[in-house]
Amino acid sequence: MDYVVEMLNIRKEFPGVVANDDITLRLKRGEIHALLGENGAGKSTLMSILFGMYQPDRGTIKVNGKEVRIASPNVANDLGIGMVHQHFKLVENFTVTENIIMGSETRKWGIVLDVKQAGKKIEELSKQYGLNVDPYAKIEDISVGMQQRVEILKMLYRKAEVLILDEPTGVLTPQEIQELGKIMKNLIAEGKSIILITHKLKEIKEFADRCTVIRRGKTIGTVEVAQMSEAAMAEMMVGRQVSFKVQKAESRPKDIVLKVDSLTVKSGRKSIALNDFSLEVRAGEIVGIAGVEGNGQSDLVEAITGLRKAESGHIYLNGKEITGLTIRDRIESGVGHIPEDRQRRGLVLDYSIAENMVLEVYHKEPYSRRGILQKQSIRQYADHIISSYDVRSGEGAESKARSLSGGNQQKAIIGREIERSPVLLVAVQPTRGLDVGSIEYIHKRLIEHRDKGNAVLLVSLELDEILNVSDRIAVVNNGELVGVVRAADTDENEIGLMMAGVRREAGA
Amino acid sequence: MKNNLIISLCAVAFGLLAGAVLMLATGHNPASGYSYLFEGGLKNPERIGNTLATATPLIFSGLAVAFAFRTGLFNIGVAGQLLVGGFVASVVGLNLDLPQVLLLPAMLIAGALGGALWAVVPGLLKARFNVHEVVSSIMMNWIGFWAVYYGVQSFIKNPSSETESMPLPDAATLKASWLSDLFDGSFINLGLMLAIVVVLAVAFVINRTTFGYELKAVGHNRDAAEYAGITVNRSIVYSMAISGAIAGLGGVALYAGNASNIQIGILPSQGFDGIAVSLLGANHPLGVLLSAIFFGLLYSGRGFMNAMTDIPPEIADSIIAIIIYFAATSILVERLIRWAIRRRANAKLNAAQEGKGK
Repeated sequence: MDYVVEMLNIRKEFPGVVANDDITLRLKRGEIHALLGENGAGKSTLMSILFGMYQPDRGTIKVNGKEVRIASPNVANDLGIGMVHQHFKLVENFTVTENIIMGSETRKWGIVLDVKQAGKKIEELSKQYGLNVDPYAKIEDISVGMQQRVEILKMLYRKAEVLILDEPTGVLTPQEIQELGKIMKNLIAEGKSIILITHKLKEIKEFADRCTVIRRGKTIGTVEVAQMSEAAMAEMMVGRQVSFKVQKAESRPKDIVLKVDSLTVKSGRKSIALNDFSLEVRAGEIVGIAGVEGNGQSDLVEAITGLRKAESGHIYLNGKEITGLTIRDRIESGVGHIPEDRQRRGLVLDYSIAENMVLEVYHKEPYSRRGILQKQSIRQYADHIISSYDVRSGEGAESKARSLSGGNQQKAIIGREIERSPVLLVAVQPTRGLDVGSIEYIHKRLIEHRDKGNAVLLVSLELDEILNVSDRIAVVNNGELVGVVRAADTDENEIGLMMAGVRREAGA
Repeated sequence: MKNNLIISLCAVAFGLLAGAVLMLATGHNPASGYSYLFEGGLKNPERIGNTLATATPLIFSGLAVAFAFRTGLFNIGVAGQLLVGGFVASVVGLNLDLPQVLLLPAMLIAGALGGALWAVVPGLLKARFNVHEVVSSIMMNWIGFWAVYYGVQSFIKNPSSETESMPLPDAATLKASWLSDLFDGSFINLGLMLAIVVVLAVAFVINRTTFGYELKAVGHNRDAAEYAGITVNRSIVYSMAISGAIAGLGGVALYAGNASNIQIGILPSQGFDGIAVSLLGANHPLGVLLSAIFFGLLYSGRGFMNAMTDIPPEIADSIIAIIIYFAATSILVERLIRWAIRRRANAKLNAAQEGKGK
């Protein structure tokens, strides 16, 4: 067999954790090979080893059949291995060409930068692989999808033969995802090989040839994607059966809980992030906000929760205006918030889980009396959340939040927020980066919360999530509401078009 | 907690080791050098008392730095806060005619307020304009330095000396004859008792109260604290004020306990040593107490070593500097320890695997 990359029996241990126990991954030349695993299964560690950022404790790596030691990313580069990271590493105010040649600049007479020649080469590469990138555009002027192509071009420019794509579809619209699929096909047609890291089974099914599934640091198996159903792959990944369809009853909306009335919010740079936005969320319904990242969703959420000031307009909760209230007052009047970035906003990573579980209620009885923390009560409350939300950690409530895996951090936050039973729960990307098992569980909890007669505002970049969980869907584009549709009457295509700013025809 | 202790002890051990190398390199006998250094600090009750007295202002300054640090702030202006606190307290002590039981508390309150005032300025600047507290608190050091320079000469100048303030009357000092007698005439004073009370109070506030919980949350993660409804800016101002108040009390202990007047033109070195004390004490109140006493020991033993041997006192300073270095780079020490442990574990594992192979 012609393998480009072979990683055999890789083991990597970090203090207290075995990230990779015994993983074997073989990449054939000219295939798209998906690497599938739950969060914390060891995908990133394995790829970091291949890219030279970590050294394995045990195991061998072969490139083109020869055993190699990848001591640094530079060595990986020389071996023809390139990686597109989840978060792009581009200089905003440089052109595409300048970004691509950075670090391997072409020179004239030894010292003079030769951008022209590089630009030409990039144009050729772009044509060859159907990337359609303008080499002279500035990064800040092009879309996120284009930026991703620039990252791919960067690797091609450095003559990479093996491309690692880390969760490449998270930031893309459905249409852009299809285009990325075409690009990947072009790449393998030209003899490149691709490792696709993802936990979206649908994309694996659509794009990948083979798939290696890992669970808890061990290879479970490598399968031909064509012969496997999504459910079977999910079962391999999680180790049990998973249901994809979210089970929920028809919603029975009651009174208006959240009313946003012509809200305008400015972003940090003083440009308008959310313009004249109005929306209602009723008790007993989940309203999803769909949109490509950065189209005003975060600004809406921050304005509702009080993290950002509204420029104009009003926000009402149960008929009472909360526009000018402090964050704490909003929390007390019944706003729960599952924040977008769990590590930045959601948790104090150096606090224990117990301390994190009372982040919003520590000043209330029974968690404190006359300003003195009541560790016993805090502990009991935390233990309760830990057991009802299945938060797994090394030392239970005493574990530092930092030591938990992403999924467990997220479950802890969701537990904390739902346990306060807020009349309005604002859930932003509640399942970002989680595996199917946790996603299923979190969706169930959100629907339960709805069924208890609360309002849920769900903001997500995952269209599937929006379509499956929401009762109504509001689509935003460029800070404006494109339209609101019933989830039952729409599909991915329509929402995708609306996300791109195409309005539904009146009356439809 | 236990880890921190090991790291601090390693830092001390490395520092002493490096000091021994220095002594050897300069042609001295480290064994006798160290025995005189420690004897100088511990030999008899008087020397022990002096060690504790030397440590007293360091406990306050270390605690001030540690408190700010635990709440995410770097208060590098402790020197100025000590000086201003000491000055304000001296003004009160020299001008109020009260019995000692009232005068001392009045001086302590004045000192704490003076220190707090000097620290609250950088706190407000940070909260309001996001000015980095390191820059502004260093500037406050010099403002304090010159303000006290002027203030001493204008209001409380010693008639017989151009460069110092009037000595405080006995009723206005922390000196206590029973305590000095207990330590055979050492200059140990009530400042030490006060320091221990403050250590316990700070430990309580930081670990047990909702107020401490808020301040630490802001220190660890401002965004999460804001998300939880904690008013971040107010916490920053409070943190700085409390840190400054602790330093101000240290100023009272320094100028109305260890000394009985203020020399102008000197920014107290204890202010900057506080950073080292806090680092070595892992920013923990009890750790600060122990590390301040250790620094006190080095400082007070240094003179004796110098007198008894021809080892220059700079060696003692170098040891202190090296200890600070290791304490400051404690992460490095921690990594070294972890690396050693892991290597051993892996070696074992590999051996076991190979054994199976055969």
